[in-house]
Amino acid sequence: MTAHDVTQIILAFLAVGAMAPIVGRYLAWVFTSPRIAVERWIFRAIGSDCDREMGWREYATTLLVSNGVFFAAGYLLLWAQGHLPLNPRHLAPLTPEVTFNTAASFVTNTNWQAYAGEAQLSNFSQMVPIVFLMFVGANTGIAALVAILRGFTRAGASTVGNFWDDFFRFFVRAFLPSCLLLGLVLVWQGCPQTLATSVVAHPLEGGTQTIVMGPVASLESVKNLGTNGGGFFNANGAHPYENPTPFSNMLEFLAMMVFTSSLPFLFGRLTRRPRQGWALFAVIMVLYGGGLAVIEKSEKAPNPLLAAANVAQASSSLQSGGNTEGKEVRFGITQTSLFTNTTIAATTGAVDAAIDSMLPSSLMVTFSHMWLNEEPGGKGVGFAGLLKEAILAIFLAGLMVGRTPEFLGKKLESREIKLAALALIVTPLLVLGLTAVGVTTTVGTSTIDNPGPHGFEEVLYAFSSGNANNGSAMAGLTVSTPFYADSIAVEMLLARYLPLLPLLALAGSLARKRTHPETAGTLPTDTPLFVALLLGFMLMVGLLTFFPALMLGPILEQLSLLHGVSF
Amino acid sequence: MKTLAVSLRAMLLLVLVTGFVYPIGMDVIAHIFFPHQADGSLIRKNGVVVGSALIGQPFTQPRYFHPRPSATPDPTGSGSVPYDAAFSSASNLAPTNGAQVKAVSSAAKAYRDENGLPPTQAVPADAVTASGSGLDPDISLANALLQVNRVAHARSMEPSALKRLVLSHVEGPQWGLFGESRVNVLKLNLALDSLKP
Amino acid sequence: MKKNDQIRSETVIGAVRQSFVMLNPVKLAKNPVMFIVEVGSLLTTVLAVRAAVLHTGEVLFSSVISLWLWLTLLFANFAESLAELQGKAQAESLRTTRAETFARLVVGTDVRRVSGSSLKKWDKFLLSPGEIVPTDGEIIAGVASIDESAITGESAPVIREAGGDRSGVTGGTRVLAGEITVVVAANPGETFLDRMIALVEGATRKKSPNEIALSILLIGLTLIFLLVVATLPAFASYAKVESDPVVLIALLVCLIPTTIAGLLPAIGIAGIDRAFRANVVAKSGKAVEVAGDIDLLLLDKTGTITFGNRQAVQLLPAQDVSREELARACRLASLHDPTPEGKSTLTLAESEEGLRGEAGLPERLEPVPFTPETRMSGADTSDGAYRKGSEDAIESYLGTPLPPIVREAVSGIAQSGGTPLVVVRDRKVLGVIHLKDIVKPGLTERFERLRRMGVSTVMVTGDNPLTAQAIAREAGIDDFFAKARPEDKMALIKKEQDKGRLVAMSGDGTNDAPSLAQADVALAMNSGTQAAKEAANMVDLDSDPTKIIEVVEIGKQLLITRGALTTFSVANDVAKYFAILPAMFVASFPQLGVLNIMKLSTPVSAVTSAIIFNALIIPALIPLALKGVRYRPVGAAALLRRNLLVYGLGGILVPFLGIKLIDMALTFLHFS
Repeated sequence: MTAHDVTQIILAFLAVGAMAPIVGRYLAWVFTSPRIAVERWIFRAIGSDCDREMGWREYATTLLVSNGVFFAAGYLLLWAQGHLPLNPRHLAPLTPEVTFNTAASFVTNTNWQAYAGEAQLSNFSQMVPIVFLMFVGANTGIAALVAILRGFTRAGASTVGNFWDDFFRFFVRAFLPSCLLLGLVLVWQGCPQTLATSVVAHPLEGGTQTIVMGPVASLESVKNLGTNGGGFFNANGAHPYENPTPFSNMLEFLAMMVFTSSLPFLFGRLTRRPRQGWALFAVIMVLYGGGLAVIEKSEKAPNPLLAAANVAQASSSLQSGGNTEGKEVRFGITQTSLFTNTTIAATTGAVDAAIDSMLPSSLMVTFSHMWLNEEPGGKGVGFAGLLKEAILAIFLAGLMVGRTPEFLGKKLESREIKLAALALIVTPLLVLGLTAVGVTTTVGTSTIDNPGPHGFEEVLYAFSSGNANNGSAMAGLTVSTPFYADSIAVEMLLARYLPLLPLLALAGSLARKRTHPETAGTLPTDTPLFVALLLGFMLMVGLLTFFPALMLGPILEQLSLLHGVSF
Repeated sequence: MKTLAVSLRAMLLLVLVTGFVYPIGMDVIAHIFFPHQADGSLIRKNGVVVGSALIGQPFTQPRYFHPRPSATPDPTGSGSVPYDAAFSSASNLAPTNGAQVKAVSSAAKAYRDENGLPPTQAVPADAVTASGSGLDPDISLANALLQVNRVAHARSMEPSALKRLVLSHVEGPQWGLFGESRVNVLKLNLALDSLKP
Repeated sequence: MKKNDQIRSETVIGAVRQSFVMLNPVKLAKNPVMFIVEVGSLLTTVLAVRAAVLHTGEVLFSSVISLWLWLTLLFANFAESLAELQGKAQAESLRTTRAETFARLVVGTDVRRVSGSSLKKWDKFLLSPGEIVPTDGEIIAGVASIDESAITGESAPVIREAGGDRSGVTGGTRVLAGEITVVVAANPGETFLDRMIALVEGATRKKSPNEIALSILLIGLTLIFLLVVATLPAFASYAKVESDPVVLIALLVCLIPTTIAGLLPAIGIAGIDRAFRANVVAKSGKAVEVAGDIDLLLLDKTGTITFGNRQAVQLLPAQDVSREELARACRLASLHDPTPEGKSTLTLAESEEGLRGEAGLPERLEPVPFTPETRMSGADTSDGAYRKGSEDAIESYLGTPLPPIVREAVSGIAQSGGTPLVVVRDRKVLGVIHLKDIVKPGLTERFERLRRMGVSTVMVTGDNPLTAQAIAREAGIDDFFAKARPEDKMALIKKEQDKGRLVAMSGDGTNDAPSLAQADVALAMNSGTQAAKEAANMVDLDSDPTKIIEVVEIGKQLLITRGALTTFSVANDVAKYFAILPAMFVASFPQLGVLNIMKLSTPVSAVTSAIIFNALIIPALIPLALKGVRYRPVGAAALLRRNLLVYGLGGILVPFLGIKLIDMALTFLHFS
């Protein structure tokens, strides 16, 4: 690594470290201060009594019903593409399975794309259904998290908040304004923002080049701030119109971290335990930093199989080098590593390079991030997942100090463990189960692109991404087939709502409990020891669950690479 | 039922705000402050759009600097149409894929042949690998410098003068901090055309 | 009670027999993890037989794996049986003490001789010196001295009498002196001991809340590993590797938390058993477990923190009175005072005066006993009338206020937490006796230990705040509640519980019963009233109120043992992966050979070593499960760090070593 690489990485960490506590504090204000005029106006308009608190069941029902309506609206608008304006290229609607897949993908904040944006969606589809679903998907996640956090802040309470209140507070005071601001900065850097669909250029060597454009910046900003990740273009953040400069690259991956990395601090403020916020932030940043280190080192290293072709892969003053396949020259390895690590860790799923062409050791990191899915994880739900892991880790460790385990004064008993374990099982069930189907059926294997263990990784990646509500892909695999489009659509819906319900139930159960005062015998949960414990627990459970898959995928591929074996 | 009604009204409100007010509002503001970028950073020559400063375009003639290989696919069938700005794509080839090893080897050989380089000359990685978008407007300085002799010869120019032109087109890391040094191929070739048509 | 620390050989033999009986799938189904092992054992057995009959596959390998799977089950069953039988043996030894007792049953005006085991609740019976108490009951008439050594191991006899807080008698104890009438407290089979026996025998053993939560976590982990192993053949087939079902079953059994699942019942039983060894009868496993969670311990001052009686520690003469004169007065006033205060005054006076017994006594001496009216005691002698009593009693006896110097001494003693007694002769104030509450030795350290566990202590006393504070300070108690009436205790418990704290207390009186019922952990004294024993969730056979401290430690130990062994069990999986996975795939992908970091000799030996280790670790950990992981009151963080290091890191490293050693042994035996 050169000094230039180190500078860029340090700047990124400084930015996250400076931003997270401030945004966390701001969000705490958003969720606890009196309503502002716009919000009151909105509640009158939608006819909701937002002062009425909901129990966890009603909260969950409202979440599901509203998301059902959002899903249906998105589906209909996409389905009607052919009859709607801003479609001068007369693009046909997506196939029914891809429409289903897309609506499911965007309402669940996954943004898995079984279509190529610029080739298959009209500007109306990009501007209205896609952006609408991006906003509501992310907003739902934050609302759910705030309800879950109330489980820890309340005692003897039967309610966890009002869904619409949580939803619109974040939308009005944080999400929409920040998207507007970031969008304009991205235009400044070069993202188009126009209702025009395409321009025909006349290249210097003759012929024509049709350059597709549209309202890119408005989609781009919500894509990253909402950890959505669905690109305007097929190449996503690698496309120069989505991500024109290294600075836009930096802005985009930092945008993914703005809200997600601030959630520990929101938690710390709401529970009045700022140290707890820092401890959980530390857990997130250790995994985030560790992942970055591996990707950066892997991608900087040469691909040994290309040595025979005499390709200069080393970094020098004349080129940034490394594993350049699928990467853009303006970003080089370091900006690409920062972006990739962030997008997977924050489950955005936007990419500024081809994941499929990355080295297996980097893929190990991307897999791990998706399986753990909480460092910091997607809008809200990622952090909720971290709390679930914390509950399980504290249960085990808490026993070892000789008390019924407690987290923030709440006793963890069989109901909590049952719900947390339920949420824990969803990931292996979906990822391992569906991958097993994918790699043993013809419908699954026929669209695999790369040979050898890498082909296995493509399928594993698709279902890991769908489960993590991540949305990034090893794009060699063709996923617009009915098998992949439908199975991943169902997976995304299950992976989103299945763990969320037990976690909301958990919040309901915790909110009802008494808060116990801490004593010398209570396990402190805001110390480095706790950070190490939680990290150890997460890595241990993750490793034990996925080691066989990891071994037959990236580990086997990496060892093959080192042995000079290609497939 | 009440929940459903509230959800429907919320949906309508949100579609209106996020689908229309937000993007169109941004469109208006963007065109006030950054009209060039908002319309796609297009480059015009004699009033004709020749391309976008941000989007790479294909160059195969010896008199131009060549961009990186592009894997943008042919939307109608198999194979690829390089630098198709209506369908961005990467090659998605795995580092352990034998096809990738072969493709890089033959690209390296072609690069050396085209530029008259000896087999011992290591080829810059970006010159033989496809970019993530297939529309990468940039190449590395190493790549540009190895093409200088060929272009100079095709245009009957002094290689040293051409090298000066190339060096004057190197964009360093943004504000000295972000990203890598690079040469924008379209801008370089446009400058080349105006320097020595 | 006979402390039965050694595991007897007949217990072991019984446990071995029981292990086979417990293979019954219906019984195993209550432990899902072990049930899966049984299904796996059956499958591998079938596969081994099939291989032998059809000459397909490795017969030896399949047989060895199935053998060790069955052994895994037997080892787990053995752990549970051993714990059960050990507890049972303890309880049995008590039950035999009253097998052949008889009772003199009161029926109307008749007295009938009946078998002790036929007594029903509310029956009344008589007891005379030399008789064995046939069952638990409460004295309704009379007073007796009773030898409880059969129950408590304590040889000194205890006094039990009707009407007070010490009216309980326990089956198996012996009456030494006194005639008493007793009413039976429980039907046969429902006495505390019966309940205790049932608890350790497992017949009525309900899983405690924490055990249930842990079981759920274990089932969750098991489901995850089932998914992992079930999908592995699909992944392998994509890599064109065929999976051997025997190896898959071996992998599954290695991964699911068999170690902790096998030992979990034993840990619970052993916890109750440990309480029992401390002579505490717990009514449920939950009670012991909750004891580990206690935040606050309420302790009565009298009898718990201090000896029940005050002792004279100092004699303070009045002006112009010599030390000898006062000592003599004290001696004469206390010579016939049978109270502990009087006896200790006598002892002190004798040592001050240097005279004892009959020496130097006046010719005539008539004792004046204490009466509630005069609130004084003393003696009328030829030398004069000696009296001692509290300051206000003496003042009203004298009819004049005390001299200032005496008054000063009196208030000085009161402020230091003591009780002053004023001594007079013929209406002349001679001085003051300083009576002091004596704090039991060793308490300060025990309370310090509690503090480090995170348990704070509150002393409840009827004394004035001044005295209470002095004693609390001396005993190292965190807080005190002075001038308490019995009903205040209840209010205090409720108040603390509302703050989210778990409260423990010990008590013996009938008026303690509501508080005992309200407290989260309540330890009744065996000597106490039936009401107290009914309201409490534990009974201490030694009737030692501070025993609750030991119960807290036993509760903590129980949870620690569960957590530690679970951590150990899960951490073990890492090494098992490194043994089995490379073995499955190295033939097809030699590059995976580097993952065989233990350098196990062959794939067959690798899988076999892992499964043998997995089986052997269960019996290896039985002693720890029965004894419990040691509890150290060093603060939660230090304790966690230590246990994580030992059971977490140790759990990762130990199997690497163990599997390698077994592999070396197998290679040596040419099994591969």
